[in-house]
Amino acid sequence: MNRTTRLVLFLLGAGVFAVVFVVAAFGLPDFGAAVHTYRDASVPAALDRATPNVVSALVFDQRGIDTLGEVTIVFGSVLGAATLLRLAQDERTGPDADEPTPLPVARLFGFVLLPVALVLGVNVVVHGHLTPGGGFQGGVVLATGLHLLYVAGSYRALRRVRPLSWYHYAEAAGTGAYVLVGCAGLVAGQRFLANFLPLGETGALFSSGTVAVLSVAVGLEVAGGVVILLAQFLQQAISVSTERTPS
Amino acid sequence: MPELLVYVTLVLVAVGATMVVRTREPSAQAVVLGGYGLLLSLLFVLLQAPDVALSQIAVGTAVVPLMVLLTVRAIARHRRQR
Amino acid sequence: MIPFAYLVAAYLLLLGCYGVVRSRNLVHTAVCVSVAQSGTYVLLLAIGYQRGAVAPVFGPSTPPGTPVVDPVVQSLTLTDIVVSATVTALLLALAIQVAKRHGTVDPDELNALRG
Repeated sequence: MNRTTRLVLFLLGAGVFAVVFVVAAFGLPDFGAAVHTYRDASVPAALDRATPNVVSALVFDQRGIDTLGEVTIVFGSVLGAATLLRLAQDERTGPDADEPTPLPVARLFGFVLLPVALVLGVNVVVHGHLTPGGGFQGGVVLATGLHLLYVAGSYRALRRVRPLSWYHYAEAAGTGAYVLVGCAGLVAGQRFLANFLPLGETGALFSSGTVAVLSVAVGLEVAGGVVILLAQFLQQAISVSTERTPS
Repeated sequence: MPELLVYVTLVLVAVGATMVVRTREPSAQAVVLGGYGLLLSLLFVLLQAPDVALSQIAVGTAVVPLMVLLTVRAIARHRRQR
Repeated sequence: MIPFAYLVAAYLLLLGCYGVVRSRNLVHTAVCVSVAQSGTYVLLLAIGYQRGAVAPVFGPSTPPGTPVVDPVVQSLTLTDIVVSATVTALLLALAIQVAKRHGTVDPDELNALRG
């Protein structure tokens, strides 16, 4: 199929989609309307469980089973990327590509910001039930904060701080902890992923039952997963080389 | 108009997306994608969604452009070795 | 008249698909898929928006009872963003492997290769 055929087909499909979308959009609520039935149902339920951040209450408590699916998707895609990028028979991790030394300003910036970024990531994960944030956001902040070491230093320095087995264990531990907390809800006599821990008082750090625990589990999993993902791409970009077969 | 800022940001998002798609060179596209991610998170903050804005900044402005740049570099490296 | 936000969401989706169709580089294609996915975020959040309401996080300055925007669509969008990042990662990994095995990342040239 050449490019023109592809373009014509796309324009036909886009035209049909535009017509269907316009027809459907007349049934959508007005932008900025005041009627939101799901909000009226979920906000009181979240406040009853002592969780001021209603989005975290939805993600980890009311729709916790969807987050289990999302955690599995992250786990599976990291596994998939690692499988796709694994070393083939004729490849080896050869000599690293030469890299220019970073500017002194960049090194200072990176080394000063590295602990700040890590602390910020842990803060976002742990306070997920109180302020905007949660496991996913904090986990990604942690993983990218770690790579400030690559920006400010060298690939070798990064690899020393990042023995990959730790992060595999962290990712697996996070996923397993999520499922275990869910099963603990069953053991406690309620349903899977029930919020069975004591709720505490609203606004305290130890409150809202299992929401904070699940947030930490997901943060661990996402941080480990993103580090492994980036490690695969870094390895492909810097150290993998094909063995030259003598011809 | 009370949501003038929201409308202006919607227009900026549309323009930013057009620039991302029109940039052919992937290494340049990664930088434009980072800027587009920032515009999107600004829109999300204006639509009163701070959780989503945090997620978009972390993922769409930091992780995805980094992966795109590393992919471009890996492809160039393998092309040099052939 | 359809609200402008929904039109922008549809435009982002179609623009991303157009970028995929006209692309000459697999990495460019992966980024255009990510742009198309961002159209769904805008649509979801625009549906949940309410004039004059604040973010659905209660605290000292927003006591329970203040009107907030819809938090359900925000949780859906959070999941959407994470899944979109993982899809992009897998597409980029595939692009690297295609470049190694076939020496090119141009989709039109790839179609011409027959075993």
